[in-house]
Amino acid sequence: MMNPHNPHASLDTCQEVLIHLNDYIDGELSPELCSELEAHLAVCENCRVVFDTLNKTLYLVHQLRNTPPQLPESVEYRLFVIMNLEEYASRKKGS
Amino acid sequence: MTGIKIDLDIYPDEAALIQGLKRGDPEACACMIKKFAPRVYAIAIRMLNDPNDAEEVLQETFISACKNIHRFEERSALNTWLHRIATNAALMHLRKHKHRELSLDDPIEIQGGDDVYREVRDATLAPDDHAMNSEIRDVLEKAIASLPETLRTVFILREVEGYSTEETANMLGISISATKVRLHRARLRLREILAPYFT
Ligand SMILES: [Zn+2]
Repeated sequence: MMNPHNPHASLDTCQEVLIHLNDYIDGELSPELCSELEAHLAVCENCRVVFDTLNKTLYLVHQLRNTPPQLPESVEYRLFVIMNLEEYASRKKGS
Repeated sequence: MTGIKIDLDIYPDEAALIQGLKRGDPEACACMIKKFAPRVYAIAIRMLNDPNDAEEVLQETFISACKNIHRFEERSALNTWLHRIATNAALMHLRKHKHRELSLDDPIEIQGGDDVYREVRDATLAPDDHAMNSEIRDVLEKAIASLPETLRTVFILREVEGYSTEETANMLGISISATKVRLHRARLRLREILAPYFT
């Protein structure tokens, strides 16, 4: 599929890497393709940069999961009202 | 926790909470909102890029959930069920406001490999400094917001919310292969936008 010793023989080889990068990241690439891809990354800086920055991007995105989401108080209040739960909303802050 | 105070311990576990909801206990409904509304709102606001639309989706989600709780078969977690309702409601809103969106599924990236490279060619990567400062967080949120709708919805469910490819496909009513293609495109686009920040 690709020649790791000359990764720029044609753009297609890097294109192939890009195409398979997703499955690689998801651990869905066959072992054979995995080693081909890894061999390519070892010698092709462009693809390595894409791979590294993609990993960093996803790492950041996954950090969003660990940040507890905030519901603005006014939005919460209106939700309680529309759900006919004003009783709870009026007990706001304590009691 | 800020805002309205609800005693979340009334229902010792999710099964008890669901029973309460099925009985129509207002306390159960209040508990459900207190517990799950923030995440539902976060999903809606990222999908819709608009706080007013997101609030509508939030309200529609919980109104629908309370009305249809008897149909909830408990094969998934309650929050997954709520996220599915919210996703449906968000998709309806997106369809209603279609004019806001550019055309979908435009052919991209793989052909655009050159662009992908151009931007990062000179980028030097700092060693493992991915601390989530507020600047990068802001850039990240804006980058997600800038994705076309079809890519954004997949990306939010799959990467931000952590649903599997199959669950994401299910929630959006699209095939697994379409989900993968969209996810791939979304990831590459986001990477392109964020790459300059990894220097
Ligand atoms: Zn390459």
